Parts: sequence; structure tokens; C-alpha cells
Amino acid sequence: MADQLNGAAILIRSLEHEDVEVIFGVPGGAILQAYDELYSSPIRHVLARHEQGGGHMASGYAHATGRVGVTFATSGPGVTNLITPLADAYMDSIPIVAITAQVSSAKIGLDAFQETHTWGITMPVTKHNYLVTKIEEISSTVREAFHLASTGRPGPVLVDITKDALADEMEWHGPQEIDLPGYRPSVKGHPRQVKAAIEAIINSERPVLYAGGGVIRAGASNELRAFAKQQNLPVVTTLMARGAVPDSHPLTLGMPGMHGTYTASTAMQRSDLLIAIGARFDDRVTGDTEFFAPGAKIIHVDVDPAEISKIRKADIPIVGDAKAVLDQLLAQGAERLGGDAAPPRTEWLATLARWQRDFPLAYEQDPEGPIQQQYVIDQLSKRSGPDTIVVAGVGQHQMWTSQFWGFEKPNTWINSGGLGTMGYAVPAAIGAQAGMPERTVIAIDGDGCFQMTFQELITAAIEQIPVKIAVLNNANLGMVRQWQKLFYGERYSATEMSHTIPNIPMLAEAMGCAGLRAETPADVIPTIEKGLAINDRPVVMEFVCDPDAMVFPMIVAGGSNDEILMGPEDVK
Amino acid sequence: MSQHLITVTVENKPGVLARIASMFARRDFNIHSLAVGPTEDPTRSRVTMVVDGPEMEQIVKQLYKLVHVIKVTEHLPGEAVEREIMLVRVNADPSRRSEILNAANIFEATAVDVGAATITFEVVGEPSRLSDFLEFMRTYGIISLVKSGRIALAKDNKSASRSRKRTA
Repeated sequence: MADQLNGAAILIRSLEHEDVEVIFGVPGGAILQAYDELYSSPIRHVLARHEQGGGHMASGYAHATGRVGVTFATSGPGVTNLITPLADAYMDSIPIVAITAQVSSAKIGLDAFQETHTWGITMPVTKHNYLVTKIEEISSTVREAFHLASTGRPGPVLVDITKDALADEMEWHGPQEIDLPGYRPSVKGHPRQVKAAIEAIINSERPVLYAGGGVIRAGASNELRAFAKQQNLPVVTTLMARGAVPDSHPLTLGMPGMHGTYTASTAMQRSDLLIAIGARFDDRVTGDTEFFAPGAKIIHVDVDPAEISKIRKADIPIVGDAKAVLDQLLAQGAERLGGDAAPPRTEWLATLARWQRDFPLAYEQDPEGPIQQQYVIDQLSKRSGPDTIVVAGVGQHQMWTSQFWGFEKPNTWINSGGLGTMGYAVPAAIGAQAGMPERTVIAIDGDGCFQMTFQELITAAIEQIPVKIAVLNNANLGMVRQWQKLFYGERYSATEMSHTIPNIPMLAEAMGCAGLRAETPADVIPTIEKGLAINDRPVVMEFVCDPDAMVFPMIVAGGSNDEILMGPEDVK
Repeated sequence: MSQHLITVTVENKPGVLARIASMFARRDFNIHSLAVGPTEDPTRSRVTMVVDGPEMEQIVKQLYKLVHVIKVTEHLPGEAVEREIMLVRVNADPSRRSEILNAANIFEATAVDVGAATITFEVVGEPSRLSDFLEFMRTYGIISLVKSGRIALAKDNKSASRSRKRTA
């Protein structure tokens, strides 16, 4: 029996068919009909205080759960506010579906109230987008959107639906088949290429496995670890891949690139074979590509063919899903080794171990001095289990967290990598916590980032989403200040903020959260212990930190990865 | 700069051309000419493009990433039948009119409009014929010019035309 339903009801039923459990969004005029249907749906709605927050919540949810995050926004400003989260999810290949409403089809193009050209302005920041003007297309479009968002190289998909399509009625017969003749992502790698890759790996003296966010997205961490072990390969994990292999694993070298470990960056430079899996040779990893890993042959595994040879020519390209190709590599590797051990690479591994010993990540906390940000992260990490989900914004605190948090599991690290979106942490943490209510979610944020999106903590308090936020308050836009200190003659143009305004614990309390502050190193551990013990509401722990702390190692933007600054004394 | 001729078979859906144009703009690729039209299959359209630049591999891959793009074919020189149409208005003082018309005849150009001191020609053919004609007419003075953009079909019984596959 077909039901007579309006478009909004078909939309909500279609989302229920996709097993959507939560939608993050903000209502408005054009999308009213959809919200009316949502009222009687079992799907939870989390009311964000700004559409950007709703979009980042959907992204945090997707990061943490591996499922598609869903966000709702109305026409016009609802959509323009959503541009940043869409662009962010596009750069980091995060599967989200954004449902937006459009003015009635008869009014499109007439500059109607809250009209904007959603389809046009979201095209360059989505994997695909739709304008639906007919009720008949709603159901199949939703099905396609979820399929596109979650398969191949994941990414954001936007479905813009006109007000009249949401209001019209028709007989609905349930979800429809999808028809995407131009969309056929490769899953398995070409067997000949897999074979060639194994030969190259076995013959390599100085290989490095270069794992990117694609490994996390494909859920291929176990396979990656098994392959590293089988072939005796040291592993670097990019900013998007932290946790893909445990940091405690002896073959793990940490993060490479601009603020990566000396060993990870230098291993790539000296390597004779880079095995890139789900990584895209980002400029933050490679530095000046002319000088990047000059002696390395490249095996490049990626589900997106356009990433292969985009930046660095691949010698052995393999198009396929990271998990499927790693399975193939494992099988081929086992066959080729035939019971023998992988090459020992004694000299190479000894060199790497020596670098790790000689050039570790380090910081010093003077008990009488200001709080060092790394100390806070270190102490938080030591007091948190391996299942804790850690979220960061963008800047110094993000780099320090990537460096000093000991990641042991995939999908426990959520941050804005490609777009570098300040303000990401608070809403993304809320989305992650909504998807993983039984886990501890800690956002490590800077004071600059925090002040971009903290209002979403009101959402968290009211919705009883008990995230924990550690604000490393250095009273500055720290990373910009670091560059000003190093490269702009200490002319601190427009980077100074305040240690006292806003009063962050008071602000937290005003938003329905617990507010704590640590002002001296001695306060740090008690504050962390207190904050971690509060689970009935969100907690904001403010740490009054050192404005002069800087992130090292550092490779100057556009410089060669052979020139790693280990501390301020290395800056000319 | 090297130019490449590609045919892009796409789903006949609203906005496909905008998607292609937007991708070219975003990736900093350059379109030299573009012609779009229906095909034998009403659900498909064909876009013929002449593109500049050395980045053909990336251009093809990025085109394939567009969900509505079904097939991208790069035609190497001589592997496709190529046509273009051009309308060109030239200075034609009555004293030189017969001279110009005689020349046009050799190029199989058709006079489609005549003014007091101008003649407008239509030229159809391979791109080289169009450029030869233009070169010749420069001596008289070209007033205005419009080209349709090149269209192409791979030659039959010849598998030489490379259809770039999605796998690298």
C-alpha cells in the first residue's frame, strides 16, 4: 500500500531508511515543512546555534562513527553559513549529507526573500549537489546523496529542495533504485600493480609507509598495521591519519611535515621507496616538492585516481580502496615471501631509532613558569584511555595535540586538516559525542578558535551532550603570532587577545557548562582531574598558558624538508 | 602551447556544463573552445572541448570525478573527424569585391551577407581550413569573427582513439 505523503514526509522517511539517528541543524522559513515532519520522527534533532556549528557537528559525528553525518539548514543565510563546514568536509573527505531548503520553484531567480543560488555556490565545495524542484525526485535523490557521500572517496553531498516540492503530495512507494551511470569508483587494485608494488617493497632498503586519512576513512587500520609488520615497514601517519597505527608501535615514526617529528620527515627525505596509502602529498607534508624525498620511488594507493600523480609522479599507481588494496598487498606479500621473513633492513631501522632517540619531541615545564601547552596535553593524554576521542581546532594547539597525544586507535582523532578551519573543535566534539555517547570526548582548543564557535556549548548543555573542552588560552592567535615572531620581526599585528576577557569559566557557567581554570603549573593536574570527573554536563577547562610557546619542529612554508628547525635557536 | 581535443559524454541533466566550467576554473585549467549538443541518445549530451596545457592527465581525471560525466575520450591528431563553423565579416570595398569573392571560392567559403563595404562569409570544415581562410582575409581586414567551437567524432573502424580509462 502506497501512502499519500507530502515531500517533507518523503524526505524524513527516506532519511529513516538510511538509518539516520541524528540530524544537526537550524530551522527556518523554507525548511519549515521538513521540520514539521521531523517533529514526529524518531530521528533525534540537535538544534545548533549557527548553521556552521550544525555542519561541523555532522562532520564530527561522521569522523567518530564512520557513518554519514546529516545537517539541515534553511535557504539563503542558512546555506551561506553552511559553506565552511561543506568546504571543510570536502577537503578532509568526510561523508556528510546536507539537506537545505530553497524558495518555491516559481520564485527561483526572482531574488525572493532568503533566496540564494545554493546549487551554484556549493558546487565547488561538495562532492556532488542537487537542486530538487519536484516531489518525485526527493526519495531517489536522498538515496543517491548517501551513496555518493559514503562510497569511493567520501565527501559532502548537498540536496537543495524547493519549498513547493516539500509541500506537494504524492503516493510514495518507498525508496527507489539509484541511477548513476557516471559513478563507478574502483575498489580493488589492479593485480599486476599490486604484484609490482610487492616486488618494489621487498627490494627496497629504505622504505617508508606513508599513511593518510584515506586509511582511516576506509577503516583499514588493522590491515595497515598487519602490512607494516609483514613487510617490516616503518610508518608515518599524516595529520589526518593519526591513530591509524598505534603511536606505541615500534615501527611508528609519528607525523611528518611542517610540524612533524624529525624522524618522520627525515625518513621520507632519505627513503628509497614511499608507499603512500590514502595520502595526497599535501604541501604541509612535502614542503617544496622539488626537494621532497628526492631518492624515493613512489607507490601511490588511492581510491581517487585524480590524486595519483597530481603532485608527485607515481611509479606504481594503484587505484582502489585502501582496505581492499591492503588486503591484496597482504595476500600478495605473503605469497611472495613464502614463509620467509621480510627483509630485516637492520641499518635503516637502526638509523631511524637513532634519530628518534636524538631528536625526540620535547618540552620543558618550569614549575615556577607559565603553563606550557604541551604539558597540559601530555597530562590530559596520560589521564585518558585509548578510546578517548580527541578533537582539535586549528593552530598551535592542534599541532601540539597531534604531537603529544599518544594515539592508539583509529577514529579517536578529529580535526580540520585540509581547510584549517578555526572554530572546528567545539561543534565537531559535540557531533562526535552525540554519535558516541559512551565515550569520553575531549576537545583541545585555542582561545582564538574557542571564541569563534563556543556558543555551540549552549547546544551541548541543553541537549545533554557532555563534551569536555580544554582551552589552551595563550591570549593570542598563537600560530600567527609564532610566524610574526619568527619571520615578521616580532611585529604582532592583530594577534593579541586577552587572558581575562572573556572570563572563560564564567562564560562556560553562563552557557550551562562547568567552568574551571588553571593558572599555574601546579593547578594543571587537579583541574584535569576535576574536569574529567564531571560527566553530567559539558566542562570547559581553561589553562592560562604561555604566549611565547612555539611549535617545533618546524619546516618553513615552501621550504625543503631537509631543513628542519628544531627550536627557536635554529631560526636565522 | 599544446592543444588537446577531447570529447566528454555526459548525462543530459541541467547544470552539467556549469559543473565542467566550474571545475576548469577551480583547477586553473583553460578551455580554448567548447561545443555542446545532444547525441543519438536523448539521455546523453556530448561536449567537445579543445583544452590548453600540459595537464591532460589531470584534466581527464578531474572530469571523471564529476558524477554526471560518463566518458572522456582524447582524440589524437588524425584520429577523429573534426569540424568547425565560422562566420567572418571582412572589409570589401566595391572595387575589391570580385577579387575577394574569387578567393573565397577557392576556400569554399560561402558569402552569406553583403553590406555596403563588407562581406560576411560562412566557412565550414576542418580547423585548418578556417585558419587558412582567416590568414588570407587578414590582408583585407577582418571586422568581426565568430566560431562555433570544434566538434569531433572518432573515426570509424579505427580503434586508435584513446578512451582514457578511469584507472591510472
